[in-house]
Amino acid sequence: MDQHLLSIVLLTPLAGLAVLLFLPGGNKNLIRVWANLAALAGFLVSIPLVTRFQIGRPGYQFEEFADWIPSLGAHYHIGIDGISLLLVMLTTVMGVIAMLVSWSAIQDRVKEYYAMFLLLQTGMIGVFLSLDFFLFYIFWELVLVPMYFIIGVWGGPRKLYAAIKFFLYTLAGSVLMLLGILTLYFQHFKQFGSYTFEISELMKLNLPLGLQEWVFWAFFIGFAIKVPMFPFHTWLPDAHVEAPTAGSVILAAVLLKMGTYGFLRFSLPLLPGASADRTIVQILAALSIIGIIYGALVCLMQADWKKLIAYSSVSHLGFCTLGIFSMNPNGIAGSVLQQLNHGISTGMLFMVIGVIYERRHTREIKEYGGLAHVMPKFAIIFAIAMLSSAGLPLLNGFIGEFTILQGAFEANLVWAAFAVTGVILGAAYLLWLYQRTMLGQVTNGKNLTIPDMNFREVAMFVPLIAWAIWIGVYPKPYFDILKQPVDQIVQRVRPDYFNGNTVRNAAVIPAAPHAGGAQ
Amino acid sequence: MNLSAFYTSTDHFTITPAIMMALFGCAILLFDFFPFLRQRRDLLVLLSVAEAFAGYGLIQQQRWISANGVALQGFDGAVTIDNFSIFFNWIFLIAAVIVAIASYKYLEVAGEHHGEYYGLILFAQCGMYFLATGTDLVTLFIGLELMALTFYVMVGFLRSDRRSNEAAMKYLLLGAFSSGFLVYGFSILYGMAGSTRLSDVLAALASRDPWNPVVFLAIATTLVGLFFKISAAPFHMWAPDAYEGAPTTVTAYLSVASKAASFAFLLRMFKDMPAPLLAAWTPMLSVIAVITLTLGNLGAINQTNMKRLLAYSSISHAGYMLLGVIAGNDTGLKGIYVYIMVYTFMTLGAFIVIVALRRANIIGEDLDDIAGLIHKSPGYATLMLIFMLSMAGIPPTAGFLGKYYIFLALIQSGHFTLAAIGALYVAVAVYYYFKIVRCMFIRDAEEKTPPLAASLGLRFAVGLTGVLTLAIGIYPEPFLRLALATLR
Repeated sequence: MDQHLLSIVLLTPLAGLAVLLFLPGGNKNLIRVWANLAALAGFLVSIPLVTRFQIGRPGYQFEEFADWIPSLGAHYHIGIDGISLLLVMLTTVMGVIAMLVSWSAIQDRVKEYYAMFLLLQTGMIGVFLSLDFFLFYIFWELVLVPMYFIIGVWGGPRKLYAAIKFFLYTLAGSVLMLLGILTLYFQHFKQFGSYTFEISELMKLNLPLGLQEWVFWAFFIGFAIKVPMFPFHTWLPDAHVEAPTAGSVILAAVLLKMGTYGFLRFSLPLLPGASADRTIVQILAALSIIGIIYGALVCLMQADWKKLIAYSSVSHLGFCTLGIFSMNPNGIAGSVLQQLNHGISTGMLFMVIGVIYERRHTREIKEYGGLAHVMPKFAIIFAIAMLSSAGLPLLNGFIGEFTILQGAFEANLVWAAFAVTGVILGAAYLLWLYQRTMLGQVTNGKNLTIPDMNFREVAMFVPLIAWAIWIGVYPKPYFDILKQPVDQIVQRVRPDYFNGNTVRNAAVIPAAPHAGGAQ
Repeated sequence: MNLSAFYTSTDHFTITPAIMMALFGCAILLFDFFPFLRQRRDLLVLLSVAEAFAGYGLIQQQRWISANGVALQGFDGAVTIDNFSIFFNWIFLIAAVIVAIASYKYLEVAGEHHGEYYGLILFAQCGMYFLATGTDLVTLFIGLELMALTFYVMVGFLRSDRRSNEAAMKYLLLGAFSSGFLVYGFSILYGMAGSTRLSDVLAALASRDPWNPVVFLAIATTLVGLFFKISAAPFHMWAPDAYEGAPTTVTAYLSVASKAASFAFLLRMFKDMPAPLLAAWTPMLSVIAVITLTLGNLGAINQTNMKRLLAYSSISHAGYMLLGVIAGNDTGLKGIYVYIMVYTFMTLGAFIVIVALRRANIIGEDLDDIAGLIHKSPGYATLMLIFMLSMAGIPPTAGFLGKYYIFLALIQSGHFTLAAIGALYVAVAVYYYFKIVRCMFIRDAEEKTPPLAASLGLRFAVGLTGVLTLAIGIYPEPFLRLALATLR
């Protein structure tokens, strides 16, 4: 069972999809129940990953390897380390919640909807599991098609525009990334005489810095569009605003993480020379900081609730990329944790919008006001989600942002100084949003009769809130899981980092929260 | 047992499949005269028998080659049987069979069901056979003309349809013009080499300076003729009109088999070109390829007629295959073979879906006609989605592999800019392919329309091409080996 655990996790949604296709299309509830069960099964089979994961063991775990296309040198090679473990768990959990969210929101073409979601689920898990570049690319592209349909068929008024924009942006980035992959592939043939897409094999390459930089920028375009980093972010607000609630949740919680994961898994370890290059790091850090501040400022002037949250993603993902390009254990570990946090918090915020949108069918902030009087349960849940996103201590967002800032501070004081303003602005736009929608007197008569949340709606928030509090109160297990893979990345990019060559580094390492991993 | 010194048993062996096609083609024409024999179903059976014999001949040739490990020449080197020719002939055969199956229903609906149609399919295939096997300028030219003349007739087969007549006339005039260029180039090549044998011609070219004006003139005029046939810019203008006007089944045949045959012709001429000559022409070819990609992709964006849209898309596919020629290495050639193979299946499939859309009073070629197809017939819609994804080159469909090899070949040969241009046009292509997808899946049907034409043959044809398009994408190993064998 252990040998095929990852395959089971990968294929469970697909198996659910296969059965779903044979269910009668007219019986909506049967389809809903089945899809929810399939997603739940997908989560349940992923639990052993956590319990059997050996913390601190170097290399990948639960590895599976088989020949797939020998004439290309492509293999079915999957496995996880600490970073992918967290992201896979995030994916399976969000899969269950996205299905629950859709229960009453989706009324037509139910079967196709759930089919697309299950396909999407397999694609996303595959991205995080792949240790072979060809396999990775297939899953990376596989994700686009179902997401296109989820936005394009079940989305809002400008769904067609948003869907094709999402597709074209990401695709343009990923074909350029493909050229980068093929360059590495060809270089491997030149240096070792064999064609292979194995990541571990490609890591043995010895590339001149100039070529590394070209490949790095090719990868950068692919990943930065997905994240999205500052100049490439324009697809995100459109896609988020038009997508149905569950689509936004998955898009924010998981899809964006594919970009940051790409940086961590591929750009940094495969191209250490280019990744450590001063100019490149500074450009990327600058783009991240622009993203943080620009995203937050745009949030402050949004009139649309959902668009506000969409732009807050740009800001939060800026923190994640800033952490990555701090190139130290704190920055990277904080970045991964913040990716998880963003998935939880922003996922919840989009669900909050979904709940209210189903009742009032508008997302204009000025339509609301004083909702706390009408919907007390809703107000509490929204408050928790909002505070976790804003980075209140004892909730998850704080830990992530704090660790990233610690890493940024270690790398460059100025970066940290600019990034901190993002935290302040983040609190500002979120609290102001809460104030405008929830507090004060009910000004709009239509809001007086809104029913509060029902059991299903509360139930879908409970696991996420629990998770947010867990990370906020006791993040140590997460840092323990992340320590080994993160140190490995840092070691790879900055080989002299752990030699204690500078006093400051030596002082920081033991103080960092991740270093407490007593086995 | 030799019939004569001019027609030995080896000669016979090298052209058996072509003889079968020609004989059965004539038989179909004859049968069509007799009222009691002209059951159309019988003609389809006759065609299948011809293809079975041709296929058997190909298998025999394949066995001979794998047993002896060398190419076999017939007619004193005028035709050559090798893995290359056999690979292409299988493509033609598959295309012909699938087109014939799809035509049966289509011509009935279109009200132009005439027996000679099946004969014409075989004659065209016979011409293609000589394009893939010919290694002599005269053989190649005759093959080309046999194929082209047959297509002029087939494009205008819907006699009562003005568009069809117009398309045939345009295709005929431009085609004749381009043949003139080609044969002019051939005459110069003959003048240089003193022989029409391709190997002699190549040797004569190798011994001359690549920038020799006579060599330049010969190559330039030959290329004009070839570019016309593969519909590369700036000689692509005929394609949208011919594709739109022709009966859809003929369009499928034209865009798949005729293009594959023209590429076989082009590769026969150019894959063994002396390296300095090829290097001298690379900048020119690059410009042509980029213009072809640009015009094909940008032209497709605004089309509302699906056949026109696919015509432009096939122009851009020709651009990608030309990029493989430019790379000029083994990976590039492999890329072209893989590309042609996957192009065959996905294009046939897409056109057959359009064939199925044709009903008694509905032409079924506009984007509006496909609106809401997912509700009316989910099977066709899903398969069409696969074909569109494959044409755009999105994994895990077959089309991705074709593009993959082309990009790899370009990177290997250091053409990074061309690779980037080719890659970015994938994103443009997705835009117009997804216009079709959007219509099928997101828009609702305009009004109540009768259900789609669905015969067993159509279902079989579209199902087969769909399964293959997906199978090549997910488990390409056996198919890649096939294409790889062609290199040897």
